[in-house]
Amino acid sequence: MQAEEIAGLIDEMALALRSRLETNRITAPVMIGIHTGGVWLAEQLHHKLAIQEPLGTLDISFYRDDFTRIGMNPEVKPSQIPFSVEDQHIILVDDVLHTGRTIRAAMNEIFDYGRPASILLVTLVERSGRELPIQPSVVGARPPLKLDETITLTGPEPLGLVIGKSKKQARSNDTD
Amino acid sequence: MSSPNIQLTDEGRLKHFLTIDGLNKTLLTEILDTAESFTGVSERTVKKVPLLRGKVICNLFFENSTRTRTTFEVAAKRLSADVLNLNINTSATAKGETLLDTLRNLEAMHVDMFVVRHADSGAAHFIATHAAPHISVVNAGDGRHAHPTQAMLDMFTIRRHKGDFTGLRVAIVGDILHSRVARSQILALNLLGTSEVRVIAPRTLLPAHVRTLGVHVYHDLMEGIKDVDVIIMLRLQRERMRGAMLPSEHEYFQLYGLTQERLQAAKPDAIVMHPGPINRGVEMDSVVADGPQSVILQQVSFGIAVRMAVMSMAMGSGQSSGQIQGGAR
Repeated sequence: MQAEEIAGLIDEMALALRSRLETNRITAPVMIGIHTGGVWLAEQLHHKLAIQEPLGTLDISFYRDDFTRIGMNPEVKPSQIPFSVEDQHIILVDDVLHTGRTIRAAMNEIFDYGRPASILLVTLVERSGRELPIQPSVVGARPPLKLDETITLTGPEPLGLVIGKSKKQARSNDTD
Repeated sequence: MSSPNIQLTDEGRLKHFLTIDGLNKTLLTEILDTAESFTGVSERTVKKVPLLRGKVICNLFFENSTRTRTTFEVAAKRLSADVLNLNINTSATAKGETLLDTLRNLEAMHVDMFVVRHADSGAAHFIATHAAPHISVVNAGDGRHAHPTQAMLDMFTIRRHKGDFTGLRVAIVGDILHSRVARSQILALNLLGTSEVRVIAPRTLLPAHVRTLGVHVYHDLMEGIKDVDVIIMLRLQRERMRGAMLPSEHEYFQLYGLTQERLQAAKPDAIVMHPGPINRGVEMDSVVADGPQSVILQQVSFGIAVRMAVMSMAMGSGQSSGQIQGGAR
């Protein structure tokens, strides 16, 4: 999928998110993106929704449930939440929702910062294969994928969606 | 290297952390970067991450320590591990149990990591060699040999203040002869590309072939700290001194003690470090230790993040093939 199509998806997501916030009567939400793809997406949504508080970022490496099997991610980035999450309405943004384990880890980490009023989940892609009861509030696309296929957001500029390769391959090919 | 490095797995990941020797710049930088990510944990409501939940870390201290043992304990707890503190002086070893028997008993309690301090050089290496394969060992100081986590927290402190190591002049002052900290620091500074590492000490407190470590040797403090960016003061290790190495502490301070006046010889933005505990009025004047250029207390804080990084990297080196791609989505 090319950059223009993704830009269109993000516009639609911003609209859907705005109406969702209205329905829930949330006037001053904060936004947190999950490294790495989720942050790229969140930067655009954060701008489109003109959110007052700066964007927060999470690296869930310290909260992964497969740490003892795969070890420390050598490229772990600091989590930065430059606001108090206490009683805030949080919009959590990630690129792909698959098993749900990343979102589980991200929510655990958010709760270690404080007790939010609510969390909405926004993802660019939702695919099948959920292993936990987690569902998104706003989704950009639901492409049909085979079980053994992966889908990866490449970026940050331009954004692209690549099907079929591993995440590592997809991102390393895109470094021009 | 003649023999395979037992510190690393077949994939080159950290399994034990025993010495800086045999490691490369990439790995040291990875430790510093990971520690950087952990610094934020101390500022949160819940000062913990669940990374090592369910793991048991045993502090095995055959030699006294307050700061190092406490910061290892805090680091382990921030990673959600359970901590056993063994004070060997008052335990079974004093009753005649051998080190290997102590080790086997602790293994039977399903310990996952040993943090070892011992007065003999090579003790941590010995334990790493003889412990069960799933156990990781971190050296918290062995004899005169190495104190790698102290060196890494010093590197972290320097990087925080000076950014890059290239272009830096670093002076290490004092009892180099007895200092495992100095040995580890010199190795780490050189691996990270420091332009010039100096050691400043009286001849009696220098090892015989110190230049082979890749340092410039000075015997005069003022000459040695001229235009340096970083000054690392070492503690006089009176407990390890055999024989007449110094006329007196008073005379040592007259010649090698860091005072505010002498500090002027260094660069105006030079930082002053000390691994602690400080002998005030012996290695340095209180005015310097508590002064604006001193980063001694920051070293202690950063020590927690650096030890969290080393512990989690060693515990996460994994028994499996170390595939990173894919994972949680």
